[in-house]
Amino acid sequence: MSVKLLLEKAHVEGIRSYDVYRREGGYRAVEKALKTMSPEAIVEEVKKSGLRGRGGAGFPTGMKWSFIAKPEGVPRHLVCNADESEPGTFKDRYLMEFLPHLLIEGLIISSFALGSNATYIYIRGEYAWIPDILEHAIREAKANGWLGKNILGTGFDLEIYVQRGAGAYICGEETALIESLEGKRGNPRIKPPFPAVKGVWDRPTVVNNVESLAAVVPIINIGAEEYAKIGVGRSTGTKLISACGNINKPGVYEIDMTISVEEFIYSDEYCGGIKNGKRLKACIPGGSSVPILPANLLLKTAKGETRYMNYESLSDGGFATGSMMGSGGFIVLDEDQCVVKNTYTLARFYRHESCGQCSPCREGTGWMEKILKKIDSGKGAMSDIDLLWDIQRKIEGNTICPLGDAAAWPVAAAIRHFRDEFEWHVKNPEECLVRNYGLAGYAEPRPIPA
Amino acid sequence: MLTDAGLNKVKEIVARYPEGKQKSALIPVLHLAQDELGWLSADTMDYVAALLQLEPVEVYEVATFYSMFHLKPVGRYLFEVCQTGPCMVSGADDIIGYIQQRLGINVGETTPDGLFTLKTVECLGACGYAPMMQLGKHYREHLTRERVDEIIEECRQKAGLLN
Ligand SMILES: Cc1cc2nc3c(=O)[nH]c(=O)nc-3n(C[C@H](O)[C@H](O)[C@H](O)COP(=O)(O)O)c2cc1C
Ligand code: SF4
Ligand code: FES
Repeated sequence: MSVKLLLEKAHVEGIRSYDVYRREGGYRAVEKALKTMSPEAIVEEVKKSGLRGRGGAGFPTGMKWSFIAKPEGVPRHLVCNADESEPGTFKDRYLMEFLPHLLIEGLIISSFALGSNATYIYIRGEYAWIPDILEHAIREAKANGWLGKNILGTGFDLEIYVQRGAGAYICGEETALIESLEGKRGNPRIKPPFPAVKGVWDRPTVVNNVESLAAVVPIINIGAEEYAKIGVGRSTGTKLISACGNINKPGVYEIDMTISVEEFIYSDEYCGGIKNGKRLKACIPGGSSVPILPANLLLKTAKGETRYMNYESLSDGGFATGSMMGSGGFIVLDEDQCVVKNTYTLARFYRHESCGQCSPCREGTGWMEKILKKIDSGKGAMSDIDLLWDIQRKIEGNTICPLGDAAAWPVAAAIRHFRDEFEWHVKNPEECLVRNYGLAGYAEPRPIPA
Repeated sequence: MLTDAGLNKVKEIVARYPEGKQKSALIPVLHLAQDELGWLSADTMDYVAALLQLEPVEVYEVATFYSMFHLKPVGRYLFEVCQTGPCMVSGADDIIGYIQQRLGINVGETTPDGLFTLKTVECLGACGYAPMMQLGKHYREHLTRERVDEIIEECRQKAGLLN
C-alpha cells in the first residue's frame, strides 16, 4: 500500500499556485500550529514523529531543534538546505518545482518553532529557474497574510529569502553553507562550535534539508502519532527517493519505508524494472557517497533476509555487506555498466568538489581520481588496486568535514565488492580502451567477469 | 557598470541581511553582474567590491571558488554537459563526443565564431532525466543526438535573429 504525505497533491492541476494549493487544504498546518500550539509544543511534536533529517545523515530533526541556543536578545535563524548536489539526488528540486507552497508552509511552521524571523533558502546556483518559482510563491503567501508582520495576529513576524549558490557541492555541508551565505568561500568550519550555538553571523542557526522541512506539514496535519505509525522502526513517515540509472521509469517517488528494495526496482509503481530487459548488476542506494552494492547484497542482506527501503535495513551488515539510506538518490547499474568507470567519475566529482582545506581530502581525492583513470584506461597495475585501497583508508575519519569520507566510501565499496572487475581491467588493457574511449564505445556490452 | 535595474536589485538583495552584513550579498550580486555582462573581468570584480564596500581580494577569493563564475569570456551559448556517474551510465559520453564532432571543438573550447562553448560539469541534479546539459538558465534533458542537432540549430537561428 502506498501512502503519500508529500506528493499527494503533486499532480493536481495548478497546484503550484496559491489558490489551488489553498483550496486543496494548504496552509491548514500553519493555522493549526500558529494558533493552537506553542513553539515548544511543535518541537515536541516533531520529536515524537521520529522524523529523521532527509539531507543524508538521518539525524532526528526534533532533537536538532531542541539544541538551538537561545541567548537573550540574539536573533536566531532557520536555513533551508536546498543545495542538493549529491550525484543521484534530485528530489528537493521536484518538491520546490512542483510544490513550492508545501515548502513555504513547512518553513513558516519551523521558523515559528525555532524563533527565526528571517529564514533563508540556500539553493544550488544551477537550479537557476527555481528561485523564480519560490519567490513567486513567497509573494503569494505574503499577499495572503502567511508571511510578513504579525502573522495570523500571533505577533510572529517572518520573511523568507532565497539565496543562490554558485556551483559548489561542498556548500551542502551545513557549515560551508553558512560560510557561503555570509558571502565567503565554502570552506567547512571546524566544529564545535555547532551552528545551533554559532551559525550564520555568529547567531544560533538550524540548517535543515528541504524534504525534512516539508515533512513538518503532514506531521502537524495528521499529528506525530499518526505520522510515526507509518513506516517501520526508526524509519518513520515517508521518504522521497530519486531513482535513476538503467531503469525503465526514472523519477521521484514517495515511499513508505516498508517496501522491499526488490519491489522498488521491479514494480511498475516505481522503477518499473531494468531497462531493455537487462539484468541488475549493482546499485548505489542513497546518493553517490554511500557504498555500492552488488545485486545479491542489494536485494537480500548477508543473512539472506529481504532488504527493505529504510534506514535500518539498507545499512544492515555495516559497510562490509550493507550500505546507507543517505539522501535517497537511488542509482541503478545494469549488467553492461562498468563499476571501475562509474567509480572513476565519482572520484573525479569528489576531487573537483573538495574545498582543499585538509590535505588527506585534497591530495587523496586527486590521487584516487588519477589511479582510477589509469586503471579505467587500461594502464593500471595490480599494485594500483592496493594503493587505492590504502589511500581511501587514510582519508576516512581524518578530515574536517565528511566530504573526505564521502569520497572514500564509494572507492572502498567498489574494490570490496568488485575487485575482480578492477583486476579484469588490469589484465585486459586493450578491451578497456575500446570500451571507454570510442565515441559510443562505452555502451558496448562486455562480459561480466566471472 | 550595472544597469539601473541591476543597481536597484542590488539594494533589494542587500536589504535581506542584517545591518553591516552586506558581504552576504556577494554571490547574488556576482550572479547579477555575470548575467548582465557575460563574464567577470577583474574590472567587474573591483566594481562589485566597491559596490558592497568589500576589499577586491574578498571578491576574487569568492569568484574563483565557485564553478559557475566565468573568469574568461565564454561563447554566447554555453553547453554544460553533465558527465558524472548517473549521466555517464545513461550515455553522456556519447553526447559529449557527438557535440565535439558537430561543433568541431574540444571540451573547454569555443567555436571560432564565438557562438558555442562546450564544458563538462559535474552532477546538476537531473540524473533521472539523463543525459542532460545546462543551457543558460534552463536544463535540456533526455538528450539524444537528434536533440543535440535541434538545440544547435535553435541557437544558430536565435543568434541569426539577434545579429
Ligand atoms: C559534503 C556534504 C554535502 C552535503 N550536501 C547536502 C545537500 O546538498 N543537501 C542537504 O540537505 N544536506 C547536505 N548535507 C548534509 C548537511 O550537512 C546537513 O546535515 C543537512 O542539511 C541537515 O539537514 P537534515 O537534518 O534536515 O537532513 C551535506 C553534507 C556533506 C558533508
Ligand atoms: S574534508 Fe575535504 S571538503 Fe571537507 S573541509 Fe576537508 S578538504 Fe574541505
Ligand atoms: S549525474 Fe548528471 S545530472 Fe546528476
